Amino acid sequence: MVPLSWYLGLSAMLFTIGAMGVFIKRNAITIFLCIELMLNAANLTLVSLSSFFGDVNGQLFVFIVMTVAAAEAAVGLAIIISIFRNRESLNVDEVDTLKL
Amino acid sequence: MEKGLFILFAVLALASALNILVQRNPLQGALSLIATLASLSAVYITLQAQFLAAIQIVVYAGAIMVLFVFVIMLLNEPKDQPQIEKQKWLRYLAIPFAGLLIAEMFYVIRSVKPVTLPVTPAEGDAVGTVSSIGKALFTTYLLPFEVTSVLILMAVVGAMVLARREGD
Repeated sequence: MVPLSWYLGLSAMLFTIGAMGVFIKRNAITIFLCIELMLNAANLTLVSLSSFFGDVNGQLFVFIVMTVAAAEAAVGLAIIISIFRNRESLNVDEVDTLKL
Repeated sequence: MEKGLFILFAVLALASALNILVQRNPLQGALSLIATLASLSAVYITLQAQFLAAIQIVVYAGAIMVLFVFVIMLLNEPKDQPQIEKQKWLRYLAIPFAGLLIAEMFYVIRSVKPVTLPVTPAEGDAVGTVSSIGKALFTTYLLPFEVTSVLILMAVVGAMVLARREGD
C-alpha cells in the first residue's frame, strides 16, 4: 500500500507547477491549462484522503469540482475567443485596459 | 507492485506537467496536460477510485481537453510571444517562491500526525465504486447535483453569448 503522504506530496508538487505556470507564462491559454492542473492537484488530495479515510464524500466533491471545471473551461475559453477577436493577441500583458 | 505503479505514473504526471512550462506552443502544452490527466487517472486506480478514474478520462481528457485543443486550433496563434523585458525578473523570482510554496506544503503534510489508516470498509459498499458514489449522489447530495445542472446550463448559454460575433 502506498503511504498517504506520497499522494499528498504528488499533489503539492503538481499544484506548485501549476502556480508557477500561472506566474511565468504570458499566453492566456497556457495560463488556463495551468489552472486546470491546479484543480487536478486539489482533486488528487480529495480522492486520496477520501479513500484513506474510507469516506465517499471526498469523491463526491471531486465529481462536483470536475463539473464546475467543465463549466469554467467553457466560459473561460469563450472569453479568450472574444479577447482574441478584439485584440488579435493572447498575451495577457496586452490586456491591460483596467490597469491604472 | 502498487508502489511501483504509483511511482511510474507519478513521475509521468510530474514530467508532463513540467513539460507544460517548458513548451512555448500552447498546443503541445495541452497535449502534455492530457498526459498528466491520464497518469492521474492511473493514480486514482491505485487509490481504488475506479469511478473517478473513468470520469477523469471521459470528462477531463475527453470533453474539456477537446474544447481546449479546438480553441487553440481555432485561434491559430502557434507561438508564445517572446517574454517582455520588464517581466524578466519575475522568472528568476518564480523559482524561489515555488520552492517556498512546496516547502510550506511539505511542512504541513509532515506535521500531520500519522494515521492508522486505511480503513477497509466492508465488501460491497467499498468507497469509489459506482454504486457507493451513486447512492450518496442521489440521496444526500441530490440538491447539489441538481444545482450543478443549472450551472452547466448557465455556462452553455454564457459561452454562446461571449463567443458570438457582433451582429449575429
